[in-house]
Amino acid sequence: MERTTLDLWVGIFVVAGIAALVMLAMKVGNLSSYNMSETYQVHAYFSNIGGLKPKASIKSAGVLVGRVTDIKLDMQRYEADVVMNLDKRYQFPKDTFADILTSGLLGEQYIGLVAGGDSDMLQNGEQIKKTQSAVVLEDLIGKFIYNKAEESVKPK
Amino acid sequence: MPFTHTLQVIGHRTIDAVWRIGLATRFFALTLMYSGTSFRRFHLIIKELFSTGVMSLIIIIVAGLFVGMVLGLQGYETLQRYGSESALGVMVALGLVRELGPVVAALLFASRAGSAMTAEIGLMKATEQISAMEMMAVNPIARIVAPRFWAGVISMPLLAAMFSAVGVFGGYFVGVIQIGVDEGSFWSQMQAAVDFREDILNGVLKSFVFGTVVTVIALFEGFDAPPTAEGVSGATTRTVVTSSLAILMLDFVLTAIMFRGN
Repeated sequence: MERTTLDLWVGIFVVAGIAALVMLAMKVGNLSSYNMSETYQVHAYFSNIGGLKPKASIKSAGVLVGRVTDIKLDMQRYEADVVMNLDKRYQFPKDTFADILTSGLLGEQYIGLVAGGDSDMLQNGEQIKKTQSAVVLEDLIGKFIYNKAEESVKPK
Repeated sequence: MPFTHTLQVIGHRTIDAVWRIGLATRFFALTLMYSGTSFRRFHLIIKELFSTGVMSLIIIIVAGLFVGMVLGLQGYETLQRYGSESALGVMVALGLVRELGPVVAALLFASRAGSAMTAEIGLMKATEQISAMEMMAVNPIARIVAPRFWAGVISMPLLAAMFSAVGVFGGYFVGVIQIGVDEGSFWSQMQAAVDFREDILNGVLKSFVFGTVVTVIALFEGFDAPPTAEGVSGATTRTVVTSSLAILMLDFVLTAIMFRGN
């Protein structure tokens, strides 16, 4: 088959289109970012998860160590059961704290892990016992108003 | 009786529209049926890819660049009121990948390539080239329509991807280089928020659907045009109007299906 300049242009067009798609996938999308190869699963109960969603990040000292995979309501305890996948490279002691935190004032919520002092490490399928629920703004305001009201009554 | 006359006109137009929809569907089915022949003669598709895809490159890239720049500017104006200009990258990328990329690229494609297709086929019909082909036992749908159809379907997602990619850089240029939004948060927040399957592949799927619809409309209008100068010009206008409306309506439907609940 003879080669024509037309073929060349069409080739350039197709290559540019595919390059744009790859660029969108790698640079704009999250296909390249943080691929956890090996993970282990732990779970924790929270009395209130606030706005935590599946796929929310799990951070320890600000470093991304895993993702929330599943959230469901436990019908025995009436608490939220949060399942998380953690990177195998990062091992945490059994008495690690899991807190639901907010990035920025109105940002999205994530789980912060604070390592404890236990020498045994968390294993696959185990539970993080020490948790702190999300801070719900309404509760906070309610408490504040209650305290103020108490203060204004006390001095008399 | 002007009233009954109006009623007659409305009825006539409605029946005519339904008739044409049926014809267009049969035309689409025939195109798919005869596609096998055009894939065996791939150089025909390559030739059409050149005139639909390559020739639309410039308009798509320039338009994408400017749409991205406007998004960067407007997004910054709004986001900085809430002190969240670091989310500019997210806004530009999601807007482009989900909506503006597929939709604006398809609108440009309809007016750049679709109108040309209609005019070309309409003129072929007016100068009796299509009847001549039938005379020589060459199926005009297999020889003329199917290669153009596949060229449109192939080039539309590629053009939309280029539009989005160039647009992101347009937003980056205005947001980061000119205004001075933090470069790290621009890209990292974008990467955190844009999901490959959810956003990018759905955008590609959208542009694939738009490409199919636009080329079918353009080819059908050309094939169905009355073989006169007036008929061809009317068909070209109808191509642009109908396919633009079809793109915008389909976009709403597709968005409702794809992104509901997010």
